[in-house]
Amino acid sequence: METIETLLEGVPVFHGLPAEDLVLIAGCAQNVHFGQGTVLFREGDQADTFYLVRHGSVALETYVPARGPAIIETLEAGEVAGWSWLFPPYRWHFDARALTDLRATAFDGACLRGKCLDDPRLGYELMSRFAQVLIERLQWTRLRLLDLYGRDGD
Amino acid sequence: MAATATETQGPMAPRPFAVARRKRETADTWTLELEPAGGGEPLALAPGQFTMLYAFGSGEVPISVSGDVEGPLVHTVRAVGAVSQAVCAAKHGAVLGVRGPFGNSWPVEDALGGDALVIAGGIGLAPLRPVVYELLRRRAELGEAVVLYGSRRPEELLYAKEVERWRKRLQVDVTVDAADRSWTGKVGFVAKLVAAARFDPAVATAFICGPEIMMRTSAEALLERGVAAERIHVSLERNMQCGLGHCGHCQLGPTLICRDGPVYRWDEVAPLMGVREL
Repeated sequence: METIETLLEGVPVFHGLPAEDLVLIAGCAQNVHFGQGTVLFREGDQADTFYLVRHGSVALETYVPARGPAIIETLEAGEVAGWSWLFPPYRWHFDARALTDLRATAFDGACLRGKCLDDPRLGYELMSRFAQVLIERLQWTRLRLLDLYGRDGD
Repeated sequence: MAATATETQGPMAPRPFAVARRKRETADTWTLELEPAGGGEPLALAPGQFTMLYAFGSGEVPISVSGDVEGPLVHTVRAVGAVSQAVCAAKHGAVLGVRGPFGNSWPVEDALGGDALVIAGGIGLAPLRPVVYELLRRRAELGEAVVLYGSRRPEELLYAKEVERWRKRLQVDVTVDAADRSWTGKVGFVAKLVAAARFDPAVATAFICGPEIMMRTSAEALLERGVAAERIHVSLERNMQCGLGHCGHCQLGPTLICRDGPVYRWDEVAPLMGVREL
Protein backbone atom coordinates (compact mmCIF):
# COMPACT_ATOMS: atom_id res chain seq x y z
CA MET A 1 0.00 0.00 0.00
CA GLU A 2 1.24 3.48 -0.87
CA THR A 3 2.25 5.50 2.18
CA ILE A 4 1.69 9.24 2.51
CA GLU A 5 5.48 9.75 2.18
CA THR A 6 5.55 8.05 -1.19
CA LEU A 7 2.45 9.98 -2.28
CA LEU A 8 4.19 13.24 -1.39
CA GLU A 9 7.30 12.36 -3.38
CA GLY A 10 5.41 12.57 -6.64
CA VAL A 11 3.78 15.92 -5.94
CA PRO A 12 5.39 19.07 -7.43
CA VAL A 13 5.35 21.10 -4.21
CA PHE A 14 7.23 18.39 -2.29
CA HIS A 15 9.26 16.97 -5.16
CA GLY A 16 12.94 16.37 -4.35
CA LEU A 17 12.65 16.81 -0.59
CA PRO A 18 14.88 14.44 1.45
CA ALA A 19 13.17 11.37 2.84
CA GLU A 20 13.48 12.58 6.44
CA ASP A 21 11.60 15.79 5.55
CA LEU A 22 8.85 13.80 3.86
CA VAL A 23 8.50 11.67 7.00
CA LEU A 24 8.17 14.81 9.12
CA ILE A 25 5.59 16.33 6.78
CA ALA A 26 3.67 13.07 6.45
CA GLY A 27 3.41 12.99 10.24
CA CYS A 28 1.06 15.98 9.99
CA ALA A 29 -1.00 14.50 7.14
CA GLN A 30 -3.85 12.08 6.59
CA ASN A 31 -5.72 10.96 3.51
CA VAL A 32 -9.30 12.16 3.27
CA HIS A 33 -12.28 11.72 1.00
CA PHE A 34 -15.05 14.22 0.24
CA GLY A 35 -18.22 13.70 -1.71
CA GLN A 36 -19.06 16.00 -4.58
CA GLY A 37 -20.30 19.36 -3.33
CA THR A 38 -18.72 19.11 0.13
CA VAL A 39 -17.34 22.38 1.46
CA LEU A 40 -13.71 21.86 2.53
CA PHE A 41 -13.39 25.26 4.15
CA ARG A 42 -15.32 28.48 4.29
CA GLU A 43 -14.21 32.11 4.05
CA GLY A 44 -13.49 33.59 7.48
CA ASP A 45 -13.17 30.23 9.29
CA GLN A 46 -10.02 29.20 11.11
CA ALA A 47 -7.40 28.04 8.59
CA ASP A 48 -5.85 25.08 10.35
CA THR A 49 -5.70 22.59 7.46
CA PHE A 50 -4.65 22.60 3.84
CA TYR A 51 -5.24 20.01 1.17
CA LEU A 52 -3.26 18.35 -1.55
CA VAL A 53 -5.63 17.23 -4.32
CA ARG A 54 -4.98 13.62 -5.34
CA HIS A 55 -8.04 12.78 -7.46
CA GLY A 56 -10.83 15.12 -8.48
CA SER A 57 -11.04 18.89 -8.42
CA VAL A 58 -11.73 21.71 -6.00
CA ALA A 59 -13.40 25.07 -6.71
CA LEU A 60 -12.20 28.15 -4.87
CA GLU A 61 -15.20 30.41 -4.53
CA THR A 62 -16.41 33.62 -3.01
CA TYR A 63 -19.91 34.89 -2.49
CA VAL A 64 -20.74 38.02 -4.46
CA PRO A 65 -23.78 39.84 -3.05
CA ALA A 66 -26.63 39.99 -5.58
CA ARG A 67 -24.76 37.60 -7.88
CA GLY A 68 -24.24 34.54 -5.76
CA PRO A 69 -21.20 32.27 -5.54
CA ALA A 70 -18.47 32.94 -8.12
CA ILE A 71 -15.77 30.39 -8.93
CA ILE A 72 -12.38 32.07 -8.79
CA GLU A 73 -10.25 29.11 -9.76
CA THR A 74 -10.35 25.34 -9.89
CA LEU A 75 -7.55 23.12 -8.60
CA GLU A 76 -6.73 19.72 -10.00
CA ALA A 77 -4.70 16.66 -8.99
CA GLY A 78 -1.24 17.60 -7.72
CA GLU A 79 -2.26 21.11 -6.66
CA VAL A 80 -2.45 22.57 -3.17
CA ALA A 81 -5.70 24.05 -1.87
CA GLY A 82 -5.13 26.60 0.87
CA TRP A 83 -2.22 28.68 2.12
CA SER A 84 -3.94 30.79 4.79
CA TRP A 85 -2.66 28.28 7.38
CA LEU A 86 0.82 29.75 6.79
CA PHE A 87 0.19 33.32 7.83
CA PRO A 88 -1.63 35.09 10.67
CA PRO A 89 -4.51 35.55 11.27
CA TYR A 90 -4.92 31.99 9.92
CA ARG A 91 -8.35 32.62 8.41
CA TRP A 92 -9.57 31.40 5.02
CA HIS A 93 -9.98 34.10 2.40
CA PHE A 94 -12.22 32.02 0.15
CA ASP A 95 -14.51 28.99 0.19
CA ALA A 96 -13.31 25.67 -1.17
CA ARG A 97 -15.80 23.12 -2.50
CA ALA A 98 -15.32 19.66 -3.97
CA LEU A 99 -16.43 19.92 -7.61
CA THR A 100 -16.24 16.16 -7.96
CA ASP A 101 -15.81 13.18 -5.73
CA LEU A 102 -12.52 14.17 -4.14
CA ARG A 103 -9.57 12.30 -2.70
CA ALA A 104 -7.03 14.51 -1.01
CA THR A 105 -4.32 14.57 1.63
CA ALA A 106 -5.14 16.89 4.51
CA PHE A 107 -2.31 18.57 6.41
CA ASP A 108 -2.56 19.89 9.95
CA GLY A 109 -1.25 23.44 9.54
CA ALA A 110 -0.48 23.99 13.24
CA CYS A 111 1.46 20.71 13.36
CA LEU A 112 3.48 21.70 10.29
CA ARG A 113 4.13 25.22 11.55
CA GLY A 114 5.44 23.72 14.80
CA LYS A 115 7.86 21.48 12.92
CA CYS A 116 9.03 24.44 10.84
CA LEU A 117 9.74 26.44 13.99
CA ASP A 118 11.68 23.50 15.45
CA ASP A 119 13.67 23.04 12.24
CA PRO A 120 14.26 26.38 10.46
CA ARG A 121 15.91 24.61 7.49
CA LEU A 122 12.69 22.66 6.88
CA GLY A 123 10.74 25.86 7.50
CA TYR A 124 12.73 27.75 4.88
CA GLU A 125 12.39 24.89 2.41
CA LEU A 126 8.63 24.67 2.81
CA MET A 127 8.20 28.44 2.76
CA SER A 128 10.19 28.65 -0.49
CA ARG A 129 8.08 25.96 -2.07
CA PHE A 130 4.79 27.51 -1.03
CA ALA A 131 6.05 30.91 -2.22
CA GLN A 132 6.57 29.30 -5.64
CA VAL A 133 2.99 28.02 -5.60
CA LEU A 134 1.77 31.48 -4.61
CA ILE A 135 3.75 33.16 -7.37
CA GLU A 136 2.50 30.80 -10.05
CA ARG A 137 -1.10 31.22 -8.88
CA LEU A 138 -0.63 35.01 -8.85
CA GLN A 139 0.83 35.05 -12.37
CA TRP A 140 -2.03 33.02 -13.83
CA THR A 141 -4.53 35.24 -12.02
CA ARG A 142 -2.89 38.41 -13.34
CA LEU A 143 -3.20 37.11 -16.88
CA ARG A 144 -6.90 36.54 -16.38
CA LEU A 145 -7.26 40.09 -15.03
CA LEU A 146 -6.22 41.33 -18.49
CA ASP A 147 -9.50 40.02 -19.89
CA LEU A 148 -7.61 38.97 -23.01
CA TYR A 149 -10.63 37.59 -24.81
CA GLY A 150 -12.48 40.88 -24.60
CA ARG A 151 -13.67 42.72 -27.68
CA ASP A 152 -11.37 44.55 -30.05
CA GLY A 153 -12.80 46.47 -32.99
CA ASP A 154 -12.42 45.69 -36.71
CA MET B 1 -16.26 29.11 -69.67
CA ALA B 2 -16.88 32.55 -68.21
CA ALA B 3 -13.93 34.19 -66.51
CA THR B 4 -14.33 34.98 -62.83
CA ALA B 5 -14.05 38.48 -61.43
CA THR B 6 -10.69 37.54 -59.94
CA GLU B 7 -9.33 36.38 -63.30
CA THR B 8 -10.45 39.50 -65.12
CA GLN B 9 -9.94 42.14 -62.45
CA GLY B 10 -7.08 40.80 -60.38
CA PRO B 11 -6.76 39.77 -56.75
CA MET B 12 -8.07 43.08 -55.39
CA ALA B 13 -11.52 42.41 -56.82
CA PRO B 14 -13.85 40.60 -54.42
CA ARG B 15 -15.68 37.58 -55.76
CA PRO B 16 -19.38 37.37 -54.80
CA PHE B 17 -20.32 34.62 -52.36
CA ALA B 18 -23.79 33.97 -50.99
CA VAL B 19 -24.57 33.03 -47.41
CA ALA B 20 -25.74 29.41 -47.61
CA ARG B 21 -25.96 28.69 -43.89
CA ARG B 22 -25.72 30.80 -40.79
CA LYS B 23 -25.37 29.74 -37.16
CA ARG B 24 -25.19 31.79 -34.01
CA GLU B 25 -22.30 30.51 -31.85
CA THR B 26 -22.44 32.99 -28.94
CA ALA B 27 -24.13 36.33 -28.22
CA ASP B 28 -21.83 38.16 -30.66
CA THR B 29 -20.31 35.45 -32.84
CA TRP B 30 -21.73 33.81 -35.97
CA THR B 31 -20.55 31.09 -38.31
CA LEU B 32 -21.33 31.63 -41.98
CA GLU B 33 -21.11 29.04 -44.74
CA LEU B 34 -20.53 30.72 -48.08
CA GLU B 35 -20.90 29.43 -51.61
CA PRO B 36 -19.94 31.11 -54.89
CA ALA B 37 -22.88 33.27 -55.98
CA GLY B 38 -24.25 31.95 -59.26
CA GLY B 39 -22.09 28.82 -59.11
CA GLY B 40 -18.45 28.52 -60.02
CA GLU B 41 -15.50 26.78 -58.48
CA PRO B 42 -15.18 26.67 -54.69
CA LEU B 43 -12.01 28.07 -53.19
CA ALA B 44 -9.01 25.81 -52.60
CA LEU B 45 -8.37 26.27 -48.90
CA ALA B 46 -5.72 25.23 -46.40
CA PRO B 47 -5.96 25.25 -42.56
CA GLY B 48 -4.72 28.58 -41.24
CA GLN B 49 -5.47 30.69 -44.30
CA PHE B 50 -7.73 33.72 -44.26
CA THR B 51 -9.86 35.62 -46.73
CA MET B 52 -10.68 39.30 -46.96
CA LEU B 53 -14.41 39.35 -46.40
CA TYR B 54 -16.26 42.32 -47.87
CA ALA B 55 -19.57 43.58 -46.54
CA PHE B 56 -20.64 45.85 -49.37
CA GLY B 57 -21.18 49.37 -48.16
CA SER B 58 -19.30 48.74 -44.92
CA GLY B 59 -15.83 47.54 -45.75
CA GLU B 60 -13.48 44.58 -45.66
CA VAL B 61 -12.03 42.48 -42.81
CA PRO B 62 -9.56 39.59 -42.70
CA ILE B 63 -11.28 36.46 -41.38
CA SER B 64 -9.70 33.04 -40.91
CA VAL B 65 -11.11 29.93 -42.46
CA SER B 66 -12.90 28.06 -39.66
CA GLY B 67 -14.44 25.09 -41.45
CA ASP B 68 -13.21 21.85 -42.91
CA VAL B 69 -10.96 22.79 -45.81
CA GLU B 70 -12.39 19.86 -47.78
CA GLY B 71 -15.82 21.48 -47.59
CA PRO B 72 -17.31 24.87 -48.41
CA LEU B 73 -15.88 28.19 -47.28
CA VAL B 74 -16.78 28.69 -43.60
CA HIS B 75 -15.97 31.70 -41.47
CA THR B 76 -16.65 32.33 -37.79
CA VAL B 77 -16.97 36.06 -37.20
CA ARG B 78 -17.24 38.04 -34.00
CA ALA B 79 -19.27 41.23 -34.35
CA VAL B 80 -16.93 43.75 -32.80
CA GLY B 81 -16.94 46.64 -35.30
CA ALA B 82 -18.95 48.11 -38.15
CA VAL B 83 -17.72 45.65 -40.80
CA SER B 84 -17.85 42.49 -38.73
CA GLN B 85 -21.31 43.49 -37.48
CA ALA B 86 -22.44 43.85 -41.10
CA VAL B 87 -20.95 40.44 -41.94
CA CYS B 88 -22.66 38.82 -38.96
CA ALA B 89 -25.95 40.43 -39.94
CA ALA B 90 -25.83 38.92 -43.45
CA LYS B 91 -28.88 36.65 -43.78
CA HIS B 92 -29.33 33.52 -45.86
CA GLY B 93 -28.83 34.41 -49.53
CA ALA B 94 -27.10 37.72 -48.83
CA VAL B 95 -24.01 38.33 -50.95
CA LEU B 96 -20.61 39.11 -49.46
CA GLY B 97 -17.38 39.73 -51.32
CA VAL B 98 -14.46 37.36 -50.86
CA ARG B 99 -10.82 37.87 -51.80
CA GLY B 100 -8.27 35.18 -51.27
CA PRO B 101 -7.59 32.80 -49.63
CA PHE B 102 -4.37 34.37 -48.47
CA GLY B 103 -1.44 33.35 -46.32
CA ASN B 104 0.34 30.14 -45.47
CA SER B 105 -1.07 27.24 -43.48
CA TRP B 106 -0.63 25.28 -40.28
CA PRO B 107 1.95 22.53 -40.95
CA VAL B 108 -0.29 19.70 -39.76
CA GLU B 109 1.86 17.12 -41.57
CA ASP B 110 4.72 17.91 -39.18
CA ALA B 111 2.69 16.41 -36.33
CA LEU B 112 2.06 13.08 -38.03
CA GLY B 113 3.95 10.23 -36.45
CA GLY B 114 4.16 12.16 -33.18
CA ASP B 115 1.85 14.03 -30.82
CA ALA B 116 -0.21 17.10 -31.73
CA LEU B 117 -1.37 19.90 -29.48
CA VAL B 118 -3.92 22.54 -30.40
CA ILE B 119 -4.05 25.41 -27.92
CA ALA B 120 -6.74 28.03 -28.46
CA GLY B 121 -7.86 31.13 -26.63
CA GLY B 122 -11.24 32.78 -27.27
CA ILE B 123 -12.05 33.28 -30.96
CA GLY B 124 -8.62 31.69 -31.64
CA LEU B 125 -10.35 28.33 -31.80
CA ALA B 126 -11.88 29.33 -35.15
CA PRO B 127 -8.60 29.36 -37.15
CA LEU B 128 -7.60 26.11 -35.42
CA ARG B 129 -10.81 24.20 -36.08
CA PRO B 130 -9.60 23.18 -39.57
CA VAL B 131 -6.50 21.74 -37.86
CA VAL B 132 -8.71 19.73 -35.50
CA TYR B 133 -10.66 18.36 -38.49
CA GLU B 134 -7.38 17.34 -40.09
CA LEU B 135 -6.22 15.67 -36.85
CA LEU B 136 -9.51 13.79 -36.61
CA ARG B 137 -9.16 12.67 -40.24
CA ARG B 138 -5.60 11.47 -39.65
CA ARG B 139 -6.05 10.32 -36.03
CA ALA B 140 -4.50 6.92 -36.73
CA GLU B 141 -1.24 8.60 -37.76
CA LEU B 142 -0.89 10.41 -34.43
CA GLY B 143 0.06 9.45 -30.91
CA GLU B 144 -1.58 11.84 -28.46
CA ALA B 145 -3.83 14.48 -29.98
CA VAL B 146 -4.63 17.24 -27.53
CA VAL B 147 -6.97 20.24 -27.67
CA LEU B 148 -6.65 22.84 -24.90
CA TYR B 149 -9.21 25.61 -25.11
CA GLY B 150 -9.75 28.66 -22.92
CA SER B 151 -12.49 31.22 -23.07
CA ARG B 152 -13.70 34.17 -21.06
CA ARG B 153 -16.89 32.66 -19.68
CA PRO B 154 -18.80 29.42 -20.31
CA GLU B 155 -21.40 31.15 -22.49
CA GLU B 156 -18.60 32.44 -24.75
CA LEU B 157 -17.20 29.01 -25.60
CA LEU B 158 -17.23 28.41 -29.35
CA TYR B 159 -18.56 25.21 -30.93
CA ALA B 160 -19.41 23.91 -27.44
CA LYS B 161 -21.31 20.78 -28.55
CA GLU B 162 -18.74 19.96 -31.21
CA VAL B 163 -15.88 20.29 -28.72
CA GLU B 164 -17.69 17.77 -26.50
CA ARG B 165 -17.84 15.35 -29.43
CA TRP B 166 -14.09 15.75 -29.99
CA ARG B 167 -13.52 14.24 -26.53
CA LYS B 168 -14.34 10.79 -27.96
CA ARG B 169 -11.20 10.81 -30.10
CA LEU B 170 -9.00 13.57 -28.74
CA GLN B 171 -7.71 14.62 -25.34
CA VAL B 172 -9.75 17.77 -24.75
CA ASP B 173 -9.40 20.14 -21.82
CA VAL B 174 -11.47 23.31 -21.53
CA THR B 175 -11.19 26.16 -19.08
CA VAL B 176 -12.77 29.58 -18.60
CA ASP B 177 -11.50 32.74 -16.94
CA ALA B 178 -14.55 33.18 -14.72
CA ALA B 179 -17.75 31.30 -13.98
CA ASP B 180 -20.62 30.87 -11.59
CA ARG B 181 -21.71 27.56 -10.08
CA SER B 182 -23.68 26.50 -13.15
CA TRP B 183 -20.27 25.71 -14.72
CA THR B 184 -18.83 22.39 -13.59
CA GLY B 185 -15.60 22.56 -15.60
CA LYS B 186 -12.26 24.22 -14.98
CA VAL B 187 -11.65 27.87 -14.14
CA GLY B 188 -8.16 29.19 -14.85
CA PHE B 189 -5.90 30.46 -17.59
CA VAL B 190 -5.61 28.21 -20.64
CA ALA B 191 -1.79 28.03 -20.62
CA LYS B 192 -1.97 26.41 -17.18
CA LEU B 193 -3.54 23.35 -18.83
CA VAL B 194 -0.27 22.55 -20.62
CA ALA B 195 1.37 21.20 -17.44
CA ALA B 196 -1.15 18.39 -17.00
CA ALA B 197 -1.70 17.48 -20.66
CA ARG B 198 -0.53 14.01 -21.71
CA PHE B 199 1.99 14.16 -24.56
CA ASP B 200 5.60 13.41 -25.30
CA PRO B 201 7.49 16.73 -25.57
CA ALA B 202 10.19 15.10 -27.70
CA VAL B 203 7.75 14.36 -30.54
CA ALA B 204 5.08 16.99 -29.97
CA THR B 205 4.06 19.65 -32.48
CA ALA B 206 1.94 22.53 -31.19
CA PHE B 207 -0.46 24.91 -32.93
CA ILE B 208 -1.46 27.98 -30.91
CA CYS B 209 -3.92 30.76 -31.69
CA GLY B 210 -5.37 33.47 -29.49
CA PRO B 211 -4.38 36.82 -28.00
CA GLU B 212 -0.61 37.34 -28.21
CA ILE B 213 -0.02 37.17 -24.46
CA MET B 214 -1.95 33.92 -24.35
CA MET B 215 0.19 32.53 -27.20
CA ARG B 216 3.40 33.64 -25.50
CA THR B 217 2.51 32.09 -22.13
CA SER B 218 1.33 28.90 -23.82
CA ALA B 219 4.57 28.69 -25.80
CA GLU B 220 6.57 29.26 -22.61
CA ALA B 221 4.62 26.48 -20.86
CA LEU B 222 5.40 24.16 -23.78
CA LEU B 223 9.09 25.10 -23.72
CA GLU B 224 9.12 24.36 -19.98
CA ARG B 225 7.73 20.89 -20.76
CA GLY B 226 10.58 20.41 -23.25
CA VAL B 227 8.89 21.04 -26.60
CA ALA B 228 11.36 22.48 -29.11
CA ALA B 229 10.67 26.08 -30.19
CA GLU B 230 10.74 25.11 -33.87
CA ARG B 231 7.86 22.67 -33.26
CA ILE B 232 5.64 25.39 -31.80
CA HIS B 233 3.53 27.30 -34.34
CA VAL B 234 1.47 30.43 -33.73
CA SER B 235 -0.88 32.45 -35.90
CA LEU B 236 -0.34 36.20 -35.83
CA GLU B 237 -2.72 38.98 -36.66
CA ARG B 238 -2.00 42.56 -37.59
CA ASN B 239 -3.80 45.12 -39.72
CA MET B 240 -4.21 43.00 -42.84
CA GLN B 241 -5.64 45.04 -45.69
CA CYS B 242 -4.48 44.04 -49.16
CA GLY B 243 -3.69 40.39 -48.38
CA LEU B 244 -0.99 40.46 -51.04
CA GLY B 245 2.05 41.92 -49.29
CA HIS B 246 1.73 45.21 -51.17
CA CYS B 247 0.35 47.75 -48.73
CA GLY B 248 2.61 46.98 -45.76
CA HIS B 249 -0.05 47.54 -43.10
CA CYS B 250 0.57 44.11 -41.58
CA GLN B 251 4.32 44.47 -41.34
CA LEU B 252 5.96 42.94 -38.26
CA GLY B 253 9.64 43.81 -38.43
CA PRO B 254 11.07 42.06 -41.49
CA THR B 255 7.92 40.09 -42.29
CA LEU B 256 4.55 40.85 -43.83
CA ILE B 257 2.01 38.71 -42.06
CA CYS B 258 -0.52 38.50 -44.91
CA ARG B 259 2.17 37.25 -47.29
CA ASP B 260 4.67 35.33 -45.11
CA GLY B 261 2.25 34.29 -42.35
CA PRO B 262 -0.10 34.27 -40.61
CA VAL B 263 1.44 31.03 -39.27
CA TYR B 264 4.98 31.27 -37.92
CA ARG B 265 7.35 29.06 -35.99
CA TRP B 266 7.92 30.22 -32.43
CA ASP B 267 11.70 30.46 -32.84
CA GLU B 268 11.12 32.83 -35.80
CA VAL B 269 8.67 35.23 -34.19
CA ALA B 270 9.39 35.12 -30.45
CA PRO B 271 12.09 37.82 -30.77
CA LEU B 272 9.71 40.04 -32.79
CA MET B 273 6.80 39.58 -30.39
CA GLY B 274 9.03 40.73 -27.56
CA VAL B 275 9.56 44.15 -29.17
CA ARG B 276 7.09 46.72 -27.89
CA GLU B 277 5.15 48.77 -30.44
CA LEU B 278 6.48 46.68 -33.32
